[in-house]
Amino acid sequence: MTELEVNGHRRSVSAAPDTPLLYVLRNDLGLVGSRFGCGTGQCGACFVIVEDKAVPSCDTPLWSVSGKKIVTVEGLAKGSELHPVQQALLDEQAAQCGFCISGIAIAAVALLQNNSRPSESEVRTALDRNLCRCGAHNRVVRAVLSAAKKIQR
Amino acid sequence: MKNQRIRFERDRTVWIASGKVELGQGINTALAQIAAEELDVAFERVRILPPSTAYSPEEGYTSGSMSIQEGGKGLREACVQVRGMLLVHAAELLGAPIGELTVEDGTIQAKNGGSVTYWECAAEANEAPPAGAGVKPSGPRKIVGKNAPRIDLPAKVAGKPAYVQDMTLPGMLFARIVRPARPFSRLESLPVEKLEGASLVRDGSFVGVLAEKEELAIAAAAKLRSQAVWEQSPVPEDFHAWLRKNVTERSVLKEIKGAPGEGKSLKASYSKPFIAHASIGPSCAIARLQEGKLEVWTHSQGIWGLRHELSLVLRLPVEKITVTHAEGAGCYGHNGADDVALDAALLARAAPGRPVKLQWMREDEFAWEPYGPAMAIDLEARLDRAGNIVSWRHELWSNGHTNRPGRSPKPALVAGRHLEKPFEHAPAIDPALPPEGAGRNAIPLYEFPDLQVVKNYVRETPRRASSLRALGAYGNVFAIESFMDELAQAAGADPIEFRLRHLKDPRAIAVLKTLQPGWSSWKKIENQGHGIGFARYKNIGAYCAVLAEVEAGEVLRVKRLALAADVGLAINPDGVANQLEGGAIQATSWTLKEEGRVGAVSWEDYPILRFSEVPAVEVQIIQNDLPSLGAGEAAQGPTAAAIANALHDALGVRVRDLPLTPEHIVKAMG
Repeated sequence: MTELEVNGHRRSVSAAPDTPLLYVLRNDLGLVGSRFGCGTGQCGACFVIVEDKAVPSCDTPLWSVSGKKIVTVEGLAKGSELHPVQQALLDEQAAQCGFCISGIAIAAVALLQNNSRPSESEVRTALDRNLCRCGAHNRVVRAVLSAAKKIQR
Repeated sequence: MKNQRIRFERDRTVWIASGKVELGQGINTALAQIAAEELDVAFERVRILPPSTAYSPEEGYTSGSMSIQEGGKGLREACVQVRGMLLVHAAELLGAPIGELTVEDGTIQAKNGGSVTYWECAAEANEAPPAGAGVKPSGPRKIVGKNAPRIDLPAKVAGKPAYVQDMTLPGMLFARIVRPARPFSRLESLPVEKLEGASLVRDGSFVGVLAEKEELAIAAAAKLRSQAVWEQSPVPEDFHAWLRKNVTERSVLKEIKGAPGEGKSLKASYSKPFIAHASIGPSCAIARLQEGKLEVWTHSQGIWGLRHELSLVLRLPVEKITVTHAEGAGCYGHNGADDVALDAALLARAAPGRPVKLQWMREDEFAWEPYGPAMAIDLEARLDRAGNIVSWRHELWSNGHTNRPGRSPKPALVAGRHLEKPFEHAPAIDPALPPEGAGRNAIPLYEFPDLQVVKNYVRETPRRASSLRALGAYGNVFAIESFMDELAQAAGADPIEFRLRHLKDPRAIAVLKTLQPGWSSWKKIENQGHGIGFARYKNIGAYCAVLAEVEAGEVLRVKRLALAADVGLAINPDGVANQLEGGAIQATSWTLKEEGRVGAVSWEDYPILRFSEVPAVEVQIIQNDLPSLGAGEAAQGPTAAAIANALHDALGVRVRDLPLTPEHIVKAMG
C-alpha cells in the first residue's frame, strides 16, 4: 500500500509502486480531471501539483509521491466556489474542447503560487509545457492575468 | 406530445435531441440558444442530449462547418412545430384564440388572464398545428445573436467527468492496441509470452490486449509491440513527386474559355505536407457486446456512418448496434475516433457482456489517425498591360480528402484490413463540387475571363489520409493567395487593391476593406513584414480575410493576426470569434511548423505552436441578418497565405512549400 495526501485527504492505494500516478488518480481514486494526453510528460494535460510544483502525473511513478501532498484540478475549488483561476477561465470562455484546460489550470495555479504578479510573457513561458490544439491560448493568458489581479485584491 | 426531438421534463427543463455532435466547437451552446429563442424559454432550461442512433434525428456527419446551417435549421423547424402544438392545446385549455396568446419563459398567457406552462400542457398537446401557428411573432431576438456562455465549460474547468475517456461502466475492462509506428502489410511474428494480468486478443494482424487494470494493459501492449515483427509497407520519400507520378484520374473542375490575351505570364508551384489532427487527447471508445447486441460510445463525427461500418466489419445487422456520442478532445476532422471504436468493438468480442474501454496511446494516434493529405499545386496566370489578370490556370495533385466510414460498401477503417479475413479497403475520395475535397476552393472567387481548374486525383494512399479542417481549401487558398501577391507585385499594385480589382461579390469586398485601414497604416521595420490572405470558404460559406504581421529572425514568428469575417447571422458572436481565433492559431501552427512524417510517434516528432509562440489575434465580425454560415474552417487558408505573404514582405523571399520552417525558407532563398 502507498500512502498519499490527495486534495487534503489521506489515501492509501494498492496499485504497484511503479504505476504512473495518473492511472491511480483516474482509476483507483476516481479523479478523472487529470487527463491522459501523451504518457511522456510532453503535453501537460495530466498536470497535478506535487509540493507546490506542477508535474506531469503520467510520468510520475506512484512510489515517488508516497507521503507527499498532491493537488489535482478537483482540489482547486473551495467547496462550490471555484478557484479564481478556474473562474477566470470561465469568464474568458478560455476553452474550446477543454481537454487541456484542467492541466492548464493546475500550471497557472502553480505559477501564481510562486509568482503572484507575472507579466504576460512570464505567463506564456510558464504555460509552454501545456499544449492546446484548439487555439484558446490568448484567452487562457488573459484569464490567468485577470485571476492574478483578483487574488491580489 | 409526440416529438422525437424536443421533450419537456418535470423539472421545467427542455431536452433537445440533436443529430449534430459536440466536437469542442460549442455547437450544443448554439443549438440551445436556437431552441430557447424559438420556444421562448430561458436559455438555462435547455439541455442537449448526447446524439445516439437510438433516438436522435439522423443528421449525418458533423462536418464541413454545416452544423448551424443544417442542424440549426432542422432544430428551428422542430421548435416551430412544437410551439404550434403547445399553443393549439393551450388555446383550448384557456378558451382563448391562438392569436391572443403570448409566451414568456415557457408560460403561455391569454388575454383573459388565464395561463398554463409548456410543462403542464406538453403531455396532452398532440394536435397538429395549423400552418404558421408556431412561428414566433416578429420582434428583436433575445438570445440568438448574443453571446452565451458555453454550457459544457463549467464541468470541464472543474475537472468533472466530461469525455468518453472519463466514462466508467460496471465491470469495465481496459484495452490497448498493438500496432507499429509505420504502415505495414502484415504481422510476421508475435512472441508467445505470458502477459502479466492481461490477455491477448488476436485476429490475423489485428492485435490488442485486455486487462482489469489500465496500467497492466499498457505494459502488456508495450511489451508485445517491442517484440512483434511487422512487414512494412513502402512509403515514398518525396510525397509530392510521388503524387505527380501516380495520377488515377484527371478532371477539369471548371473552365471558362476566353481570349488567351497577351502580356506577362507567371508560373509557380506550391505544396502542402500531410498534417495531423493532433488532438490533445488520443482517441478512445467503449464497446460492449451483449446477447448479440453491440453498444458503442464514441467521439465520432458521424454515429450513423460508424454504425454502418461496424455492421459491415462485425457482420451484425445495424438494428443490433447502438452508437452513442460521448465527447472527446477537440475534433478538427476525421481523426482516429472511428478507428478506435471499431478496434474496441473487435476487442469486445473477446469479452462478451463486459464493457471494453480502449484508449489509443499517443503513438497510436500519430501513427494511425488519418492525416490531412499532402498536395502539390501549379498555378499559371497572365497579366495584361493594365495589370489585370486575363488568364488563370490551377492544377493540383492530391489523394482524396475523405475516407469516412459509412460512405462506401467497403470498410474505410484501419482494423478492417488487418483481420484474418481482411476486407478490401475503401479508397479516400472527394465529395462533388461544391464543396469538393482536394478541389475545395481551387476555383478562385476572383473573376477571370479565361480560366481552367484541373484536379489530379491519386487513389493509392501510402499513408492514411482523410478530412482535416478545411480539406483542400488550406492548400489551394495558400497557393492562390500567395500567387495573387506575386501577381500584384508583378503588376506593381497594392495587394488589397489588386484583389478588389478582380472581385465582384460585395460581401467579399466588404471583408477585405475592413482590413484596409490597418493595412495602410502599418510601418515597415527591418525583418518585419505584413501580408494579406482572403477566401470565401467553399465559395459558398463564410468570408474571411486575414492580415498577418511577422518577424523573421532565426525562425519565423507571427506577431499578430487581424481577421475580418462575414458569417451571416452569428448565433453566438463570441462562439464565432472563438472558432475563427482558434482556427487562425491552429493554421499558424500548421503553417509555421507542421509536417507529417511517417514514423512520428510523439510531440517531439510533431511539434505544434506553444503559448509563447502564439500571435495576438483580433477578430472583427461583420454582423448581418443573412443566413448563418459555419465559421470553424474559414480562417485556415487565408491565415497560411497571409503569413507567407508577410514573410515575403519581411525578407523578399517567396516560400511556396509549407511549412515555413527555417529549412524551407533557406531552400527558397536559393
